[in-house]
Amino acid sequence: MTSASTNDKLIEVRDLRTYFYLYEGIVRAVDGVSFEIRQGRSLGVIGESGCGKSVTAQSIMRIAPEPPARHVGGEILLHLGPNHNGEVIDMLKLDPRGERIRSLRWKEISMIFQEPMTSFSPLFTIGNQIGEAIQLHLPDLSKKQVRERTIDLLGRVGIPQPKRLIDSYPHQLSGGMRQRAMIAMALSCNPRLLIADEPTTALDVTIEAQILELIANLQQEFNMALMYISHDLAVVSEMSDEIMVMYLGLVMEQAETGEIFDHPLHPYTQALWRSIPRVEGGQDRLVPISGTLPSPYNLPKGCPFYSRCEHRMPGICDAVRPPMIEVSPNHKVSCFLYKSEP
Amino acid sequence: MIAYIARRIVTLIPILFLISVVSFVVIELPPGDWVSFQIESLRMSGVELGQDEADRLTRQYGLDKPPHERYLRWMENMILHGNLGWSFQWNRPVNDLLSERVPLTMAISIASLLLSWAIAIPIGIYSATHQYSVWDYIFTFIGFIGLATPGFLVALVLAWVIFTTTGFSPLGLFSSEYLDAPWSIEKFLDMLKHLILPLFIIGLGSTGGTIRVMRANLLDELKKQYVITARAKGLTELKLLLKYPVRMALNPIISTVGWVLPGLVSGEVLVSIVLSIQTTGPLLLRAVLAQDMYLAGSIVMILSTLTVIGTLLSDILLAAMDPRIRYGGVKK
Repeated sequence: MTSASTNDKLIEVRDLRTYFYLYEGIVRAVDGVSFEIRQGRSLGVIGESGCGKSVTAQSIMRIAPEPPARHVGGEILLHLGPNHNGEVIDMLKLDPRGERIRSLRWKEISMIFQEPMTSFSPLFTIGNQIGEAIQLHLPDLSKKQVRERTIDLLGRVGIPQPKRLIDSYPHQLSGGMRQRAMIAMALSCNPRLLIADEPTTALDVTIEAQILELIANLQQEFNMALMYISHDLAVVSEMSDEIMVMYLGLVMEQAETGEIFDHPLHPYTQALWRSIPRVEGGQDRLVPISGTLPSPYNLPKGCPFYSRCEHRMPGICDAVRPPMIEVSPNHKVSCFLYKSEP
Repeated sequence: MIAYIARRIVTLIPILFLISVVSFVVIELPPGDWVSFQIESLRMSGVELGQDEADRLTRQYGLDKPPHERYLRWMENMILHGNLGWSFQWNRPVNDLLSERVPLTMAISIASLLLSWAIAIPIGIYSATHQYSVWDYIFTFIGFIGLATPGFLVALVLAWVIFTTTGFSPLGLFSSEYLDAPWSIEKFLDMLKHLILPLFIIGLGSTGGTIRVMRANLLDELKKQYVITARAKGLTELKLLLKYPVRMALNPIISTVGWVLPGLVSGEVLVSIVLSIQTTGPLLLRAVLAQDMYLAGSIVMILSTLTVIGTLLSDILLAAMDPRIRYGGVKK
């Protein structure tokens, strides 16, 4: 972990609000999320299913299905870096079908998805689908160069016999191999930010370890920033410099990995930590978080965790949303139990 | 791929044999035969036929022989001489009758299939990509009307409308002045003009269904992860749509090619009768009514054969389109 200057910001998300307008009502999937990722650093996003972590990632690439999704507020600032005179683009202001955003997707930000089974089309070879991305963003390369680059990438993600497997169809590969191919595709245009949306959820534990190591190594090798999304706390702590805990479309707490594990502040984070099995934890029973998620159609006015919180303060917590306060440098929490640093 | 096609062609042989048996049995099943039908119609018009005469006719047509012998003779002539038998009703070889009509039937079937695809697939794609939009509802509404309205009724109405508004009679295949004229460009154009209406009506019958199938399939596919992957890669919407989900959504439509033919033939009987076009549909209907067994049997046989070949073609097309099918039966 290297501390970096404030100039090498890669992406800044400010008060992002992505709502889904459905027949049943409005789902506030992301309701005011702010964070930033600096170049070469990694941010882990943890939360239960439906807490808005995937939607946040999709919003960054503008691939959330619009409609029903709508970005009702906030900004997503992409810093293009010195090659583009430090130009800053607000992704939310671009036409999601327009040429500009298409040129940024995969070239600047690429993504690995949860399901390696379905993230490739079954009708085309993996070489075809990886080469397609390369050809799209690096149009100067000849067909032969594209193929060589694809073979090189497949080799680097640990696919044996890449020269042969480049012409295989997705269904001919195992789940782990397919996810490796997906990673090769994600890296094909040297992106500056890689978003990994639960890339190991669908894999065996042994394969999971290999894939995690591969992603960590490649992050160093390609000098990319990484946004790692998972509900698995152990995995996120392995992969990230910083961790952001989300609950029902809101950020509960955000800090450097060591800090948040040693000093979890938010009652939700503390409850999450208590539900992790620890090797050194002996015979202690795991403590589940009591209660269930509130209906996403009808979120409480105050803190979304109010109904399940051990430290809830009636009249305070259920009245207004707790603001995000910086308790100590780089450690932010959204809870009335804490006061910001004077 | 070649092994796959070869295997499929070999399995056709027993299927075709079974089809021939079934065709023959189906035609034999109703009580009575061509001679009894003739005697009956003569009696209706007041002419009484003696038993001698009846026996003579039965012998003359070979109907006194047991069914399996007649089947074997029919098969022998068909396989060795390509001769499908004699039509009692028309007093002409079945081959002559069918060679006039089968090509026309196939041309109309295939053309109307292509027409219905050309209309239905783009509309289905539009409806799926613009789900619940105004045009989606309009197309859905029209599609349901198309599904629910019998083709012959539309044929009647449209033929009348065209005739009263333009004075052009869309009935038959040729205008009267070209009926016996030798082939010329004018005659051909005249035929095309007459074919537009039947093509439109026959094609429209399946268009509504195809729109629904295409829309439903594509809606399923659009939610798939690989579509989002393609979008995340930065492909244009049109390109990713056509390359990925549309090709997947076409599979079920391609696999129906095989049985489109019998569907069109039975569907077009009424339309053909209304518009008086000489396709196999009306011919089969008359042959069955008159117990003209070799003609009816041959038509059933040919249509079934075409269906089997159509299924084979659609399977080959599917294998060409989808690698999972191509490699399905092959061990690594």
